Amino acid sequence: MEAYFWAFIVGGLICVVGQLLFDVGRFTPAHTMSILVVAGAVLDGLGLYEPLIDFAGAGATVPITSFGNALVHGALTEAENTGLIGILTGIFEVTSAGISAAIIFGFLAALFFKPKG
Amino acid sequence: MQQGHQTWVFQNKPAILATAVVGGPFEAEGPLAEDFDLLHGDLWLGQDSYEKAEKKMLEEACEAAIRKAGLQKQDIQFFLGGDLMNQIISSSFAARTLAVPFLGLYGACSTSMEGLALASLIVDSRAGRNVLCGTSSHNSAAEKQYRYPTEYGSQKPPTAQWTVTAAGAALLDREGDGPKVTSATIGRVVDMGVSDPFNMGGAMAPAAVDTITAHFRDLGVAARDYDLIATGDLGKVGYKIARDLLKKHNPAIPDEIFTDCGLLIYGEDQPAVLAGGSGCGCSASVVYGHIMNRLNKGELKKVLIVATGALLSPLSYQQKESIPCIAHAVSIESNKP
Repeated sequence: MEAYFWAFIVGGLICVVGQLLFDVGRFTPAHTMSILVVAGAVLDGLGLYEPLIDFAGAGATVPITSFGNALVHGALTEAENTGLIGILTGIFEVTSAGISAAIIFGFLAALFFKPKG
Repeated sequence: MQQGHQTWVFQNKPAILATAVVGGPFEAEGPLAEDFDLLHGDLWLGQDSYEKAEKKMLEEACEAAIRKAGLQKQDIQFFLGGDLMNQIISSSFAARTLAVPFLGLYGACSTSMEGLALASLIVDSRAGRNVLCGTSSHNSAAEKQYRYPTEYGSQKPPTAQWTVTAAGAALLDREGDGPKVTSATIGRVVDMGVSDPFNMGGAMAPAAVDTITAHFRDLGVAARDYDLIATGDLGKVGYKIARDLLKKHNPAIPDEIFTDCGLLIYGEDQPAVLAGGSGCGCSASVVYGHIMNRLNKGELKKVLIVATGALLSPLSYQQKESIPCIAHAVSIESNKP
């Protein structure tokens, strides 16, 4: 039960940051999203995002910050194993499931529904 | 006949023979639903794009206005139209169907009164007998062009406005039965440096105030000479700014005669539209529907419509330009005792 609680609080707080960027910072939706992705990437570079996932679970993996974390995490892990070239090959390693799913499901949805408004 | 700096007084008082307004499904749920000639339950209007749907609405409004006036397309000498789409395709394509000599206009949401002012000028100066003017906007087509793809579902701040899905057309005649257009004040472009496209009401309010002040000054009239003064689409935010600015600088307009088409179209307790309605179809549908019906019934004797337009483009916004705004005012008098 405690896991749910912290997931809710941490996930909610990340969203509050997004809402503040949007409402107070007057950033566009695209800028807000990019800032959160970059923030996740920077936090992982500093070694802080993994502990946050261990602590909050889905509260840290569901928000878009997790995508930035996954990009850097894949690159760093691969770099450790294969050297500098791993930065290039590793970026999409962790995120490939998400990106491929977006492409494939996007394609399937476009076959059956009108894709553009 | 020019009077003062920027006002035309129409000595022959062109008559608005007929007007027609067509709306979408969301407008059909609003408080002015009964003032529409035709309401569509489908945002697509059976077309395969929103742009085509908008064009169809404008065609329908023009055809309905011509029919209500008891005329045929060939009786119309000129058609003046404009809309929000790039290269004003809704109007040009509707003009293709109408096959009437056409002048395309762009004044963003002020196009309704820009068209009515110019149509009145043509009729008043005897450069044409029957002149049609019309404008349209479509919520989804405008969202797609100016903001984000509709399927993106982007969140908007509470100052944002909802583009009205509607078209309105008015048919003017040199003489005939109908409310009379008596004067028009052509607005200057006013830019107070607002660059937030989600606060167009706030950006446009100073332009409305500028034109109202100019109208009163040029004609030597005051707010009490009108039964109703309606701005185009300032919404809650812009309406309040305009009202406060007018109070501060005189001429103050009593609250009971000062309103805004963006507030009237959906009512003031519709949270989905945030600050209120906007778009070319907003003032066009409220004026050519609701207000024209009240003039025809004699409930209103003399009104001043101040249609407001934000002259930005998606490109100028991306290049961080501020939003130049304009407002055109047209006064219309009822011919009912």
